[in-house]
Amino acid sequence: MNSNLKAKELLEEYKPFIEKPNKLWITKALILSAIICFGIYVLILQVIEGHIITGMRDNVVWGVYIVNFVFVLGLSYAGALIAGIFHLGRVEWAKPLQRILKLITLFSLIIGPIYILLCLGRPDRLLYLFIHPRLQSPIIWDVIAIVTDMIFCIAYLYFTYIKDFALLRDNAPHLNMYNWRKRMYKFLALGYQNTPEQSKLLNQSLDIMAAIIIPTSIVAYSLLAWLFGMNLRPGWHSSIFGPFFVLSAVYSGIALLIIIMWIYRKQYKMEKTFTDNHFMYLGFSLIILSLFYGYFSFSQYITDWYNIQKTTELFWDKYLDFSQYGIIFTLSALFVVFVPLIFIGIPWFRSINSIAAVSLLVLVGLWLKRYLMIVPVLETPYIPIQDIREDWAHYSATWVEWSLSITGIALFILFFLIFSKLAPIVPVSEMAEEKGKNKLIVFYKTKRELS
Amino acid sequence: MKKKEDPGNRRKFLKNTLALGTAAFTAGAGAVLATDGAKGKSVEKIKVLTTEGKVIEIEKPVDDCKIHPCEPPKGKEARKGIPGRSFVMVIDLARCKNARKCIEGCQKGHDLIPSQEWMKVYLMKDNPESEPYWFPKNCFHCDNPPCVKVCPVGATFKRTDNAVLVDADRCIGCKFCISACPYSARILNWTDKESYASNDPNYSPETSLPGQHGTVSKCDFCPDRAREGKLPYCATNCPMGAIYFGDKNEDAVTNGEETLRFRQLIKERTGYRFLEELGTQPNVYYLPPIDKMFPYERGFSSVSDETKEMLKKSISD
Repeated sequence: MNSNLKAKELLEEYKPFIEKPNKLWITKALILSAIICFGIYVLILQVIEGHIITGMRDNVVWGVYIVNFVFVLGLSYAGALIAGIFHLGRVEWAKPLQRILKLITLFSLIIGPIYILLCLGRPDRLLYLFIHPRLQSPIIWDVIAIVTDMIFCIAYLYFTYIKDFALLRDNAPHLNMYNWRKRMYKFLALGYQNTPEQSKLLNQSLDIMAAIIIPTSIVAYSLLAWLFGMNLRPGWHSSIFGPFFVLSAVYSGIALLIIIMWIYRKQYKMEKTFTDNHFMYLGFSLIILSLFYGYFSFSQYITDWYNIQKTTELFWDKYLDFSQYGIIFTLSALFVVFVPLIFIGIPWFRSINSIAAVSLLVLVGLWLKRYLMIVPVLETPYIPIQDIREDWAHYSATWVEWSLSITGIALFILFFLIFSKLAPIVPVSEMAEEKGKNKLIVFYKTKRELS
Repeated sequence: MKKKEDPGNRRKFLKNTLALGTAAFTAGAGAVLATDGAKGKSVEKIKVLTTEGKVIEIEKPVDDCKIHPCEPPKGKEARKGIPGRSFVMVIDLARCKNARKCIEGCQKGHDLIPSQEWMKVYLMKDNPESEPYWFPKNCFHCDNPPCVKVCPVGATFKRTDNAVLVDADRCIGCKFCISACPYSARILNWTDKESYASNDPNYSPETSLPGQHGTVSKCDFCPDRAREGKLPYCATNCPMGAIYFGDKNEDAVTNGEETLRFRQLIKERTGYRFLEELGTQPNVYYLPPIDKMFPYERGFSSVSDETKEMLKKSISD
């Protein structure tokens, strides 16, 4: 078949990435593992010493950990959401991005909850969340959302891998890799032979999973937003949180996608896979998202400011005070709203590198925005803090929290290294398929036509 | 929430009473439940007849036990509350001079380190023109508690006697309740301590003893002391008698010296609840700082110079 031949050709092209790891790969993996080992040591230290070695205290009970949690889960839901939309929309140019998006989803979905675990005073009692759950609590909503999402995402990711696993199994003799890996592909391919019947079934499953994953992501991330929105705290108690979180998530997801594409392109000379067009399309979507983001921010801020309440005014004073959060506030607004508009919007600045750099700044800006949303608000309770202990009144993260944050990034990169060896980083079989071959499931007319 | 639980509890209470139904000559049915109650206070035993016709020997109730059983309940029993009680606190702001004895007494009674304050005293200034006043604040034991709503594991709960308690054996330390409380009433046990113990057989949410590392703790309204007919530590330790504690059902509150009618007191002295507009329905009432017994500056004598500066700055903002 034509598409099979094309798939083989493509596989030939991406073969070097999945064959036996070279020295560089191993070095990278070792360095990352070392960072992760150090992270585990810090984690043990934190469990033994207690949270006193973090910057968290009775007023700011959640710090960088929860910022990371919110941020990383946002990436995850965004990955799933965007992948689902691209899939259902049959967006041809986005096919090579599908796998990266799904990997982002899975990895951040694994790493995100680790951060909430770090926030627990008694991590040994984690299972109580499942033994004694109370549905009234937004944390339980989150637990349900994350678990559901994880099941769907793993299933979806696996479905998209099946065709490639079959391809790898069939081409195993030409591949330079250990035998256990060849056996693994045989097992993982589940006997997929690309018969018309199997292909139809798999494509239907993919459509259904994509359709499920879109609302799941939106609901799951809104639930996360309500973790804050449900509190009576000025600065959190706002109905804009759900939609704003979802928007920020999609924004950060696309920014991360661009960065990963850029890294692959530069490192492995994948100009043909991740083309200029990809960067331009996604760059423009960053502009649109930055405008939406600006609109959402403005709408939140003006409502806060126009008739300002006493407590709200107190944390706004902190936002605007350059000795407190003024710098973070300015940088966040600059990076997230203005930098994309200028450096992607104006053609003179626009290039592959500038789009990637802007994406990085957007990610940083969105992280800072989460920080601003959480820490200064916690520092401003209804009854102003009267405490001479500086660390009690003002939060600043300690080396413990930073180490564990970096560990999360290391874990993310290590996952990417491992999974890019498992199968090509682009869905080879899917890309080889003819355009318009797989009808969207809703366009099937009758049961007879289905069979 | 409170209303819903009430009938169930009463039924359960009656059932317990009937099941163990002691003969009329015992001091009270509740005494039977106090099988190991009032440890070390009395060894005198009395014999009672159960409904099954068995004669069992129980400890004679001791005199300082006002609410039976005297022994603070553990586990699930601790979630019910003392039947028929509706604890309430009234704090007279006109009397507070920031002596900080309530804080010290509470810390001593609940094995807290100096940095842990279940009772805090703030210096408040309501508007630029008004005079500052001292504002003691513990947990308000709300009838609509935001902290209880958000607890993912049911470690914190509302009882029929108004107390909102924490079961430290259940708490996972997620701190959501701390961030949800609009009154900053909750704290975490950030460091481990020798006296701390997890799953201790003597632990009761009513006494909050022993504490546990990494769990949330807060003012427990001292129901264990109410059982003994004592006022909470803060109320007994206040040299000014600013803190009244009592029972809404009995319509009486006392600071240990004088006993007043609760409703009349709130009505006549214009008692109010802090941040009433949040709808949390606290069970701690304040009497406004009118005709203060001392100028507020007197309160600075019990704090360090550094704290004094911080407080002054705080009210000048």
